[in-house]
Amino acid sequence: MFDLLLLNLRRNGVMVGMGEWLALLDAIGKGLAGTLPELYRLGRAILVHKESQFDAWDQAFQATFAGVELPEPLSAAMQQWLQQSIGPQRPRREIDMSDEELRREFLKRLAEQKERHDGGSRWIGTGGDSPFGRDGSASKGVQAGGGGSRSAVQVAMDREWESYRTDRQLDHRDMMVALRALRNLRREGEQELDLDGTIDKTAQNCGDVDLAFQPARVNRVHLRLLLDTGGSMSPHAQLVTQLFTAASALKGFKSFESWHFHNVPYGHLTEDYRSGKRTPIEDLLRAWPAGTRVVFVGDASMATYELFQPFGYYGGAGAQLSGLEWLQRMRRQLPHSVWLNPDPERWWDHPTVRAIGATFPMFPLTLDGLRAAVQRLRAAS
Amino acid sequence: MSHRAQDGVEEEFGQFAGTSRYIVDEDLQADVNAAIALGRPLLVRGEPGTGKTQLAHAVAEGLGLPMFAWHVKSTTKAMEGLYHYDVVQRLNDSRFSAIDGVDVRDIRQYIKLGVLGRAFRSEGRVVLLIDEIDKADVEFPNDLLRELDEMAFTIPELDETVRARHRPVTIITSNAEKELPDAFLRRCVFHYIRFPDPARIKQIVNAHLPGLEGALIDAAVVRFYGIRRVAGLRKKPSTSELLDWLMVLARAGVRPAEIARKTPFLSVLVKQEKDLELLAGKVIADA
Repeated sequence: MFDLLLLNLRRNGVMVGMGEWLALLDAIGKGLAGTLPELYRLGRAILVHKESQFDAWDQAFQATFAGVELPEPLSAAMQQWLQQSIGPQRPRREIDMSDEELRREFLKRLAEQKERHDGGSRWIGTGGDSPFGRDGSASKGVQAGGGGSRSAVQVAMDREWESYRTDRQLDHRDMMVALRALRNLRREGEQELDLDGTIDKTAQNCGDVDLAFQPARVNRVHLRLLLDTGGSMSPHAQLVTQLFTAASALKGFKSFESWHFHNVPYGHLTEDYRSGKRTPIEDLLRAWPAGTRVVFVGDASMATYELFQPFGYYGGAGAQLSGLEWLQRMRRQLPHSVWLNPDPERWWDHPTVRAIGATFPMFPLTLDGLRAAVQRLRAAS
Repeated sequence: MSHRAQDGVEEEFGQFAGTSRYIVDEDLQADVNAAIALGRPLLVRGEPGTGKTQLAHAVAEGLGLPMFAWHVKSTTKAMEGLYHYDVVQRLNDSRFSAIDGVDVRDIRQYIKLGVLGRAFRSEGRVVLLIDEIDKADVEFPNDLLRELDEMAFTIPELDETVRARHRPVTIITSNAEKELPDAFLRRCVFHYIRFPDPARIKQIVNAHLPGLEGALIDAAVVRFYGIRRVAGLRKKPSTSELLDWLMVLARAGVRPAEIARKTPFLSVLVKQEKDLELLAGKVIADA
């Protein structure tokens, strides 16, 4: 029953590690969870680390314990389990195991259980002196079900944490770490004391203090994120938003801006795609400092005429060039640019994707792709 | 319940039950005690103003332990919490010769322990607060993994290890916004402080501002939750703002009935200009 909880948790996307599971066992062994509501609370505190996963916890807990006949929810079941594993007359054993030993022991027991798993409700302790039931303090646990308190399963069934769920596949923190590699620190800030230099010079000066200074390190990188916000991109909106949040949350770029376009930039970019306020690309190219790193994000797939014909789909007055010609023009002026494509690579065999991929180095919008793109941007420096 | 630690020393847990000024709910209390029992840091998250930092103070007070607080800033490096070797001072002293009692040859004179270092060095058990850990660089929590696991670190300059005699009761706070690294999260007991409900917030008000007129508190709390419920607020007013507001209301002698009609001193509760504009155009439904 308890190992089922572990399975249910993992099935619900809460990747419980061995360390945490052992910590929970340790805590139960210390008598911190004598009742089901206490187990609910304790388990959540130890096994779940984000409020966005509280709902998954509720579901796993409910799936595990709902309908299970536990008249006195946990204490009886635990007592039984402890009786089985320790035995009433055995001497109690203090556990002085390290985590590593505990872990090995745990795995051993788990393997044992697999061999004789017959749907029973026994946990992992089948041997005589389970380290996972030490002190047997659970047998002294608070009587559950008494008073007016609601059962833990009932609480879990409320699913009051549902709105805290996020289900983000790709952690924006991972993206931040990847993007951070873009930083290019150069010594050109304000003067600060150069400790090593001072020591060197002082030594050369026969111990007479000779201070040395050097400019502080500053990040010189200007970063621009150009996002395709067209219709075909909407399945990727979340991913793109994450990339945007990661890039904007990352402190220390000399400057950061994001711009929007639809399919390809036809002569202009918009600051906020809702407002639709357009800024000509020529103005931007002039304004952006040399060496600006530019990341295009788009699926690069559209009807061929939208890319190859002048007066593309969104062409208006002044749009003399085709979408591709605009891109080639931008590429010439922005040598430090890459294209991130959120579509999987197997979809890239499409005329417009091929043409854009020939213009810009194209990478998939995955963590690996992002890393490779950052590498490429760095190499260009 | 009686619990023995491995070495027979009575473990201190199942003890924390809040203090007179800090109202703690059952869940939080259980999590604090679980963290203490397991010797793991307690990671506390929740929206600003839910009393994350106060919790550490309350735990220290409740258990009667001294507290070491490390307030993390965006520029904070993990090293700063451990120790600092003041080379510049030493260089200066070596040049301008010893000021009374300072021996330049003794490197120890120039090694200064940081908050973590001092917490580890202290004789008895302590409460260690690492406040707003998410403010620092993304790698900051990872840099502290080993130190928090083993409650020890090495000072290479002295070839010495500073090891905590008693695992400090460690409380780490973080605002809900940023992700912390998984490896770090796995080592913590996690507690999410939800915004208190009206009944609890009245308890909190009473603990902080004893002697306020009950009708005034009731009216203010109703209005307070009404404002929090307005959609589109950039920054919802939090507990600390409610306390400030009540103080102002009491000082100004505002009558409970007036709060129901309009919201006097709204700017104490809501500080962003955009939010004030938003509220000005709305009739706030009472909670």
